Amino acid sequence: MDLRDTPEEARFREELRAWVETNLPAEKRGGRGGAQRFEDPFIREWSRKLYEAGYAGLTWPKEYGGAGAPHSFQAILYQELAAAQSPSHVGVIGLSMAGPTIIAHGTEEQKARYLKPILAADEIWCQGFSEPDAGSDLAAVRTKAERRGDAYIVNGQKVWSSFAHIADFCILVTQSDLEAPRYRNLTYLLVDMHAPGVEVRPLRQITGEAEFNEIFFTDVQVPVESRLGEEGEGWQVAMTTLLHERATLGFALTATLDALFGRLLEEARGRELDPRLREALGREWIEVQALRYTNYRALGTYERTRVPGPEGSGVKLRWSEANQRLTRLARELRGPDGILDDGWWNHQQLRSRGNTIEAGTSEVLRNIIAERVLGLPRSR
Amino acid sequence: MDFALTDDQVELKQQARAWLGDRFPLERDWQSAEDRWSELVELGWVDVAEAGLGFVEEALLLEELGYACYPGPYLATVGFALPWLSAEQRARVAAGEERWSVDVDGYVPWLSSVDLVVADGGKAFPARGEEVASVDPSRPFGRLEKTDGEPLAGNRNLPRARTASAAEALGVAQRALDLGVEHAKTRVQFDKPIGTYQAVSHPLAQTYTDVELARSLVYWAAWCVAEGDERAPVAAAAAKAFATEAAVTACERSIQVHGGIGFTWEHPLHRFYKRALWLEGFGRRPAELHLEVADTLLT
Repeated sequence: MDLRDTPEEARFREELRAWVETNLPAEKRGGRGGAQRFEDPFIREWSRKLYEAGYAGLTWPKEYGGAGAPHSFQAILYQELAAAQSPSHVGVIGLSMAGPTIIAHGTEEQKARYLKPILAADEIWCQGFSEPDAGSDLAAVRTKAERRGDAYIVNGQKVWSSFAHIADFCILVTQSDLEAPRYRNLTYLLVDMHAPGVEVRPLRQITGEAEFNEIFFTDVQVPVESRLGEEGEGWQVAMTTLLHERATLGFALTATLDALFGRLLEEARGRELDPRLREALGREWIEVQALRYTNYRALGTYERTRVPGPEGSGVKLRWSEANQRLTRLARELRGPDGILDDGWWNHQQLRSRGNTIEAGTSEVLRNIIAERVLGLPRSR
Repeated sequence: MDFALTDDQVELKQQARAWLGDRFPLERDWQSAEDRWSELVELGWVDVAEAGLGFVEEALLLEELGYACYPGPYLATVGFALPWLSAEQRARVAAGEERWSVDVDGYVPWLSSVDLVVADGGKAFPARGEEVASVDPSRPFGRLEKTDGEPLAGNRNLPRARTASAAEALGVAQRALDLGVEHAKTRVQFDKPIGTYQAVSHPLAQTYTDVELARSLVYWAAWCVAEGDERAPVAAAAAKAFATEAAVTACERSIQVHGGIGFTWEHPLHRFYKRALWLEGFGRRPAELHLEVADTLLT
């Protein structure tokens, strides 16, 4: 046990910090997230710079354009970028979900075709999992993929898809066999978003912005070579995607929360705070530290066993609740001005309501902990 | 950065779990004051420095002592008093000849079962005085009758003491969770184990996240104390606030999951609950620690 950076980690952190200092203009820092993640043309430029400097796909194998670095380097990257209040890479779905899933299940042709453009931010990906009638219950998707010769004909509707309106490709979970039993009836496809029959409609959300989209598929032809994994094994492939989504995001989420807390502290410093608000501040700081060190423990287990440990399974759950409390606290802290739309905190609080729903609702995450970590009987 | 227990640390923890589980099982005479101190001395737990171990290992032992709801004054002697003592005094502690406690806010835990007490900002007094009941019957207080105190050679180490309490609380929280999970798996109602119902399983899942977050803070604080890291004071305050609160909540949820049996004297859960309440209340309480943390952040 040693909580200090190793000499290699310290050097990496120092170089990274200097690089961010030189390359990230002050006026591009501290964005509020949301639709800014794709509206500002600078984001693509920034993403490409990250790639050129070797910071995209740090942990990916070298043969696919990654740096083959240990996960602790990725953790440092998240921390430093969050501390600099940097915008995130525009290809976040490709980097954290599509890419790792293609690395795990793809053919050599698929790896050669898709991975590098993800890192370079040349091609943007979106996720087509949830449907109007299949949210938490992913195995119930109804978007159909019907095999006809060398192609699948895809028909159906997906929803809550971030980045779909600017995406070039979609990781799509389809129902390919009406007769097959549950969990053996799905097929995972890599779909060209520019193909005829794909229509994207933005969904305006609680913040007034449209980050999510609906995607409609009408007789879309997807070549058989664009299938990831075998026909009927889409559930297993999708689980890889979700594992990566939940395993690698802990550090990113906590680093962002940490930066948000720093901003909250700035708000607090100039004000007279009653003890109730001071107490809440102290409590929330402790929660952020608890999440931070839980990520480190999970990382330690992962580096030793190469399997994500149980420690990390609660991080997304607790992060989402902490983020909601923190943004609410920011409103209280601002006193009478808390009622105003200040263009930043107001947005954060409204946006945070999505945190306990996206990437696994809190209820589904509690089921997962109860069943897979505590060994309690299945609830359904 | 490497924040995982070493193989040796994992082994120490497992040995402690097994040894304590054998000597202090749930089915025991809870009135008995037998604390097997001489065996702890033989195990080398009373002075881990002698075995080349540090405060992280001591925190792991405290966690396991909490898990077993151990009755003796280990927390007071090793967790609180040790940094005050001279080399000679430590040697007597290591040999099992002396047990110590400290005076906090006018109360001395285990006054009637220790030999000496640290009070008045660093003086030693013979342990004499009137006993006062506490929320945890296995952990009574006393009001010290002061005679002439002997100045002590060592110093106060508040972060160490707080982290020790937090480590014990972590063990209590883990035990309350384990008991709740076990009950939810085996108790059948409406033809199903009650853990099938989300109204039962979700509070246990939430407790699991509390326990894991508490563990991260306790190990972080223990490492800071062991390394003399400058963040030790704030890390220890964070660990004490979070872990003791987590222990109380874990016990309360576990009592609820157990239903009627969890509310009885016969079931051991109330012992853990009272231990958790004691740890939360002793020294600074969570709300005060939150304010203390806020003060360091805002200055």
